[in-house]
Amino acid sequence: MSVRLVYFAWVRERIGKGSEEIDLPPEVKTVGELIAHLATLGEEYEAALQVPGVIRAALDEEHADHDEPIGGAREIALFPPMTGG
Amino acid sequence: MTVAARMPDEAAHRVDVRIQAHDFDSAAEIAALTAGRADIGAVVTFTGLCRDEGGRLAALELEHYPGMAERAIRAIATEAVARFSLQGILAIHRHGKIAPGGNIVLVVAAAPHRQAAFDGAAFLMDYLKTDAPFWKKEHLKDGGTGEWVSAKDADDAAKARWTSAQ
Repeated sequence: MSVRLVYFAWVRERIGKGSEEIDLPPEVKTVGELIAHLATLGEEYEAALQVPGVIRAALDEEHADHDEPIGGAREIALFPPMTGG
Repeated sequence: MTVAARMPDEAAHRVDVRIQAHDFDSAAEIAALTAGRADIGAVVTFTGLCRDEGGRLAALELEHYPGMAERAIRAIATEAVARFSLQGILAIHRHGKIAPGGNIVLVVAAAPHRQAAFDGAAFLMDYLKTDAPFWKKEHLKDGGTGEWVSAKDADDAAKARWTSAQ
């Protein structure tokens, strides 16, 4: 299944791009498994995702915990804790 | 189920959320929210501004997730309307580069009485800080690019008071 990944703030800077399309391996079912998978794709990804616990995620623009199933989400966002306001 | 989810239409039409690069005029927004109404008894506004952090900062750059930024703030604002019986709530959040002294965020909450207006504005800001997808990066006066601003534990604590004090 192909999904669109979008990255923000220092996650975007470390990975070196704001978005990309990837094919999800069949064994990747949850947000946490996606983060673990991405961390194996190269040193940029490893640098961005080396502390998985601080990474926040959204599935189709809704906040999602790491144990949440990706399901049929079309866009998955990964970003640091938010600092607006 | 949240309070807002049970009464989505009633609450939603009292909510105005804008994500924009350009500045806002607080007085004009208060006037617009209260124009032609005789039932509003209290308006509370909150304005968040860019600090220079002791003279160190040239600007803050606010990155956001378009779409989700508006969706997240709209959900919080709709919840605030339902929970505090607000007559109206406006939230404007800016993005892009903002110099010290400049406006970042505006909240205007209207209610029949003051406590609901105070609570509605505070509730929206406490949830916005931790749940709305914005990130601040520092630009330094010496020309360098500074750090991404770190999230604060105090912001999580501020949000938590709305779920523990019921």
